[in-house]
Amino acid sequence: MLTLSPDDIQAIKLSLQVAVTATIIALPPGFAVAYLLALSKMRGKALLEGMINLPLVLPPVVTGYLLLLLFGRKGWIGGLLDKFDIRIIFTLRGAIIASAVVGFPLLVRSIRIGMEGIDRQYIQASRTLGAKWWDTLFTITVPLCSRAILAGMTLMFARSLGEFGATIVLAGNIPGITQTIPLAIYEYTSTPGGDSMALSLCLISILLSFAVLLIGEAANRSLARR
Amino acid sequence: MFLEVNVTKKFPDIICHAAFSLENKQCGVFGPSGSGKSTLMHMLAGLLEPDSGFIRLNGRTLFDHEQKISLPPDRRRVGVVFQHAHLFPHMSVQRNLFYGMNRLPKQERNINSDHLIKVLRIDQLLNRNVTKLSGGERQRVALGRTILANPQLILLDEPLSGLDSTLKYQIIPQLQQVFAEFSIPMLFISHSLQELRMMTEEVLVMQQGKLAQQLATEELARTSFGTGGQGYTNLLHLDAMEDLGKLLSCRWGSIPMMLVKAPDQRPGEFSLNGRDIILFKKHPDASSARNMLSCTVRRTYETNWLVGVELDCKGQTLIAEIVPQSVEELNIRPGKEVVAVFKASAFRRLY
Repeated sequence: MLTLSPDDIQAIKLSLQVAVTATIIALPPGFAVAYLLALSKMRGKALLEGMINLPLVLPPVVTGYLLLLLFGRKGWIGGLLDKFDIRIIFTLRGAIIASAVVGFPLLVRSIRIGMEGIDRQYIQASRTLGAKWWDTLFTITVPLCSRAILAGMTLMFARSLGEFGATIVLAGNIPGITQTIPLAIYEYTSTPGGDSMALSLCLISILLSFAVLLIGEAANRSLARR
Repeated sequence: MFLEVNVTKKFPDIICHAAFSLENKQCGVFGPSGSGKSTLMHMLAGLLEPDSGFIRLNGRTLFDHEQKISLPPDRRRVGVVFQHAHLFPHMSVQRNLFYGMNRLPKQERNINSDHLIKVLRIDQLLNRNVTKLSGGERQRVALGRTILANPQLILLDEPLSGLDSTLKYQIIPQLQQVFAEFSIPMLFISHSLQELRMMTEEVLVMQQGKLAQQLATEELARTSFGTGGQGYTNLLHLDAMEDLGKLLSCRWGSIPMMLVKAPDQRPGEFSLNGRDIILFKKHPDASSARNMLSCTVRRTYETNWLVGVELDCKGQTLIAEIVPQSVEELNIRPGKEVVAVFKASAFRRLY
């Protein structure tokens, strides 16, 4: 039977919290970057695209280590934040940032493909009918790629649920603070007699991921019907 | 309307250039595909920036390279009806229709939408999903949507080319009615001379990216004999139809005509190819052809390989196309009396 300790329940809660927050904070910049890549005539697109996609091809541990350098007390961003007494390393914030960075390319890629699939003449039609560019963005572009946005969010959410490598480097594995499901499983597997506990968390993990995909698919269908 | 344009746009393989001024409310742009029609349209609408030159509409500068003015599309007041309508698929017909109007300042919403919807016959479609509309319905909604945004000029980018000919000739009278009633200047872009003749009075001819000619549409129709050498098409409005069994009698103005009976025998617009008209020196004794009209030659003009003979038939104009040898034999010259003969089956109903 499924038996869960208070720590396990805390890990599930943390996992959901991290995945939801990471997905929500990544959405606006993810949308903006996808817009630049898909619809703007900006120079240096290839470079931007390469940088965005880097976390997809790098080992997550490397991404985590780079983030550690950046957000550490002596890092560019970490040093700045330290002045405002904000700490990232070994906090929930660190776990969220790690998930957001690792899932970001999936989100951008999905939205970008959706945007590239929009017939440009819809956008042109809207502009000639008197809509400003931001008006067109919210009334035409976003609705026409809503399914791609949803798909990107689903992917990113699922990826965040499973994030391990970057999280353990940047946020550590502190029960109740930064220990998400994958980190808890890792801890159980390296503890004698933790196998059955690891297995219950694995089951929870599978159920959660499956639920996310199902919900995503259902939402996708309802959007397609409109 | 007063439109002044002088624009140049360079592409890797072609340079587009057009300089013209237009005052006529019903103008067209004619040319084969790839001749620069679409580029010109995009530059006028603000969807493509020219490399140099200017665009002024009713004295308002829309684009001026030297003064560094380039109004965005939403401030140009130039509407576009796209070839495939491009109704927003996530909105109902009603929301599509009012998309532009809702973005106008209140004092400029002076198009009577109820009347427009009635003229375009789209009142039954308002709550429909746009993806369920037919091609003709889509184009009518797209035109309505553009007009309601109250533009100073409407560009129609081959709006009929996606429709079959039956549908096309059904929609043309509606277009004519809308543009007449709402008095909106338009630039009708098409590669079909026939469409341009029905919709416009003046036409810009584009060739290989350049403006080649600017002339009356009817003049273009005569000199070019249509595209692909199908010959000149006379357009006749026939009415006062009377059933005579297998034939119909009707009138072209005051001139009585005969045509073969068809299922749809209401008055309307008919075409008669100039090559289907035979000219005789004198009235023939008897002929199988049912239409024989005494006319006077007004003028003749040469085209590629035929001679166009413009005839005055009781004040109305008919153009026959004959070979140069016939012109010599019949001694055709301005002022000469001839008889134009054509069959009752030579007519084709347009709408």
